[in-house]
Amino acid sequence: MFKWLEKNLPKIVMAPAVGLIGWFVYGFVLWTLYISFTNSKILPKYELWGFGQYEKLWASRKWLISVDNLLVFTALFLIFCIVIGIILAIFLDQKIRAEGVLRTIYLYPMALSFIVTGTAWKWILNPTLGIQKMFIEWGFENFTFDWLVNREMAIYTIVIAGVWQSAGFVMALFLAGLRSVEDEIVKAAKIDGAGLFTVYWRILLPMMRPVFFTSFVILVHISIKSYDLIVALTQGGPGISTTMPALFMTQAAFHKSQVGLSAASAMMMFMAVAAVIIPYLYSELRRENAR
Amino acid sequence: MQDNLKSSSYQQLEQKSKYTNMFLRWFLYFVLILFASYFIFPLYVMVVTSLKTMEEIRQGTLLSWPSGLNFDSWAVAWGGRGYGAGDTFLKPYFWNSIKMVVPAVFFSTFIGAMTGYVLTKWRFKGDSWVFLFLLFGCFIPFQAILLPMARTLGALGISNSIVGLVLVHTVYGIPFTTLFFRNYYVSVPTELVKAARIDGAGFFKIFFKILLPISAPIIVVTVIWQFTQIWNDFLFGSTFSFGEAAPIQVALNNMVLSSTSVKEYNVDMASAIIAGVPTLIVYVLAGKYFIRGLTSGAVKG
Repeated sequence: MFKWLEKNLPKIVMAPAVGLIGWFVYGFVLWTLYISFTNSKILPKYELWGFGQYEKLWASRKWLISVDNLLVFTALFLIFCIVIGIILAIFLDQKIRAEGVLRTIYLYPMALSFIVTGTAWKWILNPTLGIQKMFIEWGFENFTFDWLVNREMAIYTIVIAGVWQSAGFVMALFLAGLRSVEDEIVKAAKIDGAGLFTVYWRILLPMMRPVFFTSFVILVHISIKSYDLIVALTQGGPGISTTMPALFMTQAAFHKSQVGLSAASAMMMFMAVAAVIIPYLYSELRRENAR
Repeated sequence: MQDNLKSSSYQQLEQKSKYTNMFLRWFLYFVLILFASYFIFPLYVMVVTSLKTMEEIRQGTLLSWPSGLNFDSWAVAWGGRGYGAGDTFLKPYFWNSIKMVVPAVFFSTFIGAMTGYVLTKWRFKGDSWVFLFLLFGCFIPFQAILLPMARTLGALGISNSIVGLVLVHTVYGIPFTTLFFRNYYVSVPTELVKAARIDGAGFFKIFFKILLPISAPIIVVTVIWQFTQIWNDFLFGSTFSFGEAAPIQVALNNMVLSSTSVKEYNVDMASAIIAGVPTLIVYVLAGKYFIRGLTSGAVKG
């Protein structure tokens, strides 16, 4: 008995982690998957109902709007975060004075919650006393900036706040990537007559492919899950113009008693994340094994 | 010889481009400072707004300087106005968050350390599959577990309680903490462990005498990561708690959204700063470890 215990001690110590994750991650995802095939309303029902909830989901105008918003948000969020992140990383890489201070400033939003930053941006972007008033007092009398309450434009305020929060993170990833490149490569290129621009455009940035890939995966992951920022900034409004899948899911589950429908929307999000993450994990593991 | 030639021609090249460089560097600093002001702008606005009276806010602009150091709105945000119903303020929720964060960070870090230790130093057949099994937990969108979690917390009788939130944050922190410790212990030479085993040291003795003493950096990284994640969480807090058991982010959101009276932006901003200050302090004091967590976790949820 004692011998057995001693022999299996490592596995016993690991059991809590495996058990908890098995139950609370895999078990729960499977439960949600099952419920998405039932006609559950307020309470879960366990008779299978087929793909009805998915048909309902894709016929729902609100869901289509949230998917549309997600695509717009993800595209802009990706482009701005990566472009700003790269520019800042390259510029900071030029033996800048006070680099530490600048880096700290670029990255501090990552330490704040989306609720805190959403609250701040909501105040800054509000049409009566915010940025609009600032420009009017500066003499631009016809300046209007009402994106926050404008159905067409409200989604872009979420992009502004989201980029502000995450661009510094991309900067940190690229800076780490650039710093890991051998100095000799840059020197050799310069001797061959390459300008700074060419060195980065032709040599260093192409070497950053894994960093691009990582940033892409993380940013898409953040945007599919984005929930807090929308709640704090627009609550999906005006109307339902800035709703997104994560918001749709929680509203259907906890406010509208559409448990089956919300499970179906959660599974759609799960599949979207899996489509990005599984190739990423696969390539990461291959890289690790190749080492 | 050839090396010398190369480096001298390199120096000439540097000389020649000195003047274009001058211009380029000014441009560089200009762009960097421009972006720095974009990043610092909201924080600046938050701080000055929180120090103004509502009268000053209506008359001035976002950037205008407050007339003095007026901490009234901070006092209201923290301790309320002193009347009964409808007076929400952050103090009790701040303590809720502390009571939630401390045990959740402790348990998830401890479990992650033990699991990382087993996965690297007591390897067994299929251990890399176990790691992959745990790692996948870093990526799941939490929407896929919200419904069953709400039911489970209800069945356990801990819905809408700090205990329930501690459980939730501990469980969903494990994949990250395991990842951190596993990647750290992989680089510790296994010979150390083998030698200790030959000397008759057991499982726990090896952990506490050999690995734990050299684990300080990764413990700091993990604790900071978990602290920031859990303190800043809103999804779990708002789904599994309400009223008096809510953590600070939920309370902040409720305070800002409650539209009972005239909007008091100065109180809103003071509240937002109070809710953000703990993680901001950690970031300023231990930024190096914070960034290391971000880039090595690199899977932020």
